[in-house]
Amino acid sequence: MIWIDTVLQGILLGGLYALFAAGLSLVFGIMRLVNLAHGDLIVMGAYLILVLVTLLGLPPFAALLIAMPVMFCLGWGLQKFLLNRTLGDDILPPLLVTFGLSVVLQNALLETFSADSQRLPTDALTTASLQVGPIALGVMPLLTFASAVLVIVGLNQLFYRTSLGRAFRATSDDAVTASLMGIRPANIFATATGIALVIVTIAALYLGLRANFDPNIGPARLIYAFEAVIIGGLGSLWGTLAGGIIIGVAQTVGAAVNPEWQILSGHIAFLIVLLVRPRGLFPRAND
Amino acid sequence: MALLQTSGLTAGYGDFQALFGVNIELGEAETVAIIGANGAGKTTLMRSIAGVLRNETSSVRFDGADIGTLTADEIVTRGVAMVPEGRRLFPSLSVEENLLIGAYGRRGGGHWTLETIYGLFPILAERRHSPGTALSGGQQQMVAIGRALMSNPRVLLCDEISLGLAPVVIKDIYRAVPAIKAAGASLIVVEQDIAQALAVADRVYCMMEGRITLSGTPDSLSRDAIHDAYFGAGQ
Repeated sequence: MIWIDTVLQGILLGGLYALFAAGLSLVFGIMRLVNLAHGDLIVMGAYLILVLVTLLGLPPFAALLIAMPVMFCLGWGLQKFLLNRTLGDDILPPLLVTFGLSVVLQNALLETFSADSQRLPTDALTTASLQVGPIALGVMPLLTFASAVLVIVGLNQLFYRTSLGRAFRATSDDAVTASLMGIRPANIFATATGIALVIVTIAALYLGLRANFDPNIGPARLIYAFEAVIIGGLGSLWGTLAGGIIIGVAQTVGAAVNPEWQILSGHIAFLIVLLVRPRGLFPRAND
Repeated sequence: MALLQTSGLTAGYGDFQALFGVNIELGEAETVAIIGANGAGKTTLMRSIAGVLRNETSSVRFDGADIGTLTADEIVTRGVAMVPEGRRLFPSLSVEENLLIGAYGRRGGGHWTLETIYGLFPILAERRHSPGTALSGGQQQMVAIGRALMSNPRVLLCDEISLGLAPVVIKDIYRAVPAIKAAGASLIVVEQDIAQALAVADRVYCMMEGRITLSGTPDSLSRDAIHDAYFGAGQ
């Protein structure tokens, strides 16, 4: 029974990792851009929510509603005025620029908020749990997982049911031909990064409610997100959810065997998948 | 006054110059063919007009405005659409989605909708949910033409639409030209097949090494004149 409990907790934790990863997966899928500042943007989102909660006295979920459009605009501008200039045949410039951005963000957060760890204020809801038979499931992990599934369903609807989604896929296939259709790739990329940062903000809320954060934890979130994306297959959104779940389950099972093995077993699961399926579980056909 | 005009158009890729002062004109409701051997600069000319390559601002005029420095997305919104060489369908999109994306930059209505495109090429209605790239070459070319028409262009640039297709399929595709003209579009057709070009066009330009070497109506051009313009005189 304890093993079922452990695996279930791992699946729910995977929801959080999938939220970390969904924005990364979206941006990579559309413009083949690996954003090394992704983890730091999550941490920045958490601080933004914290500021809104502290200054305006809002509950965290209300602060999220304000933070999302702010982060969308930030992502739009970041892509339009900085990252679009790095895109091209060479994959090195975007890596270097986003790595630099990661360093800048960490130090700016350190300067502004100090190295003290923070967390978002919790209330009765965040500590409540549901009794399912003999197993207790936290309401907050359940909400996190449900949000992850909703985000992935929403992104799939956007991709396959809307005009914007068609433009995303067409631009990803062939940006020059897309421009012949009246699409401006620079704006499509900016919108994609804006949406990615909206997802980042949702991830930041659950990160801040679940545990402490400080300006330096971004790179580790990036690694979990990156592993989830790779396990799932680059550019596959459902694969990203599966990847998050695999890392989450590996971590909780590892921790149940020996608490020192939690992080390590997540990485080992990632390496095993890489060995067996180098292109991930659900690779896109036309890459 | 010409609907579309290039004057002294030069273009190239990096250090390589492909066009040396090209002047062509396209009138309202006219069909112009551009013929020439491989490497003559036909595709570069199409890409320059469509805005894939940037030019001097006054080197391309459309509908009384200089459009030489506009980007491709701005030019298609103004009413110049291109069927690119090699069809260039989007592999992630179905046939119908490929057509729908052609209307992305469209402003206002017009003759061409999904229904009228399916009327023009009925086979596409049957294959509407297939991936665009699962179709035969001729069907893919129909999708590429339909996709460009979905913007309801006033000028349609067709770059080598018969390339690599069987003669019977080429005939099928060129059968659509009268309907396209009737819907109000003027055409520039780039062709390697001289007979096809002479059959469809009101006027013909022949290109060689980045320059226009001959122009006129199909009746006024002798085979020898075309031969010389195509391969270079006296060689």
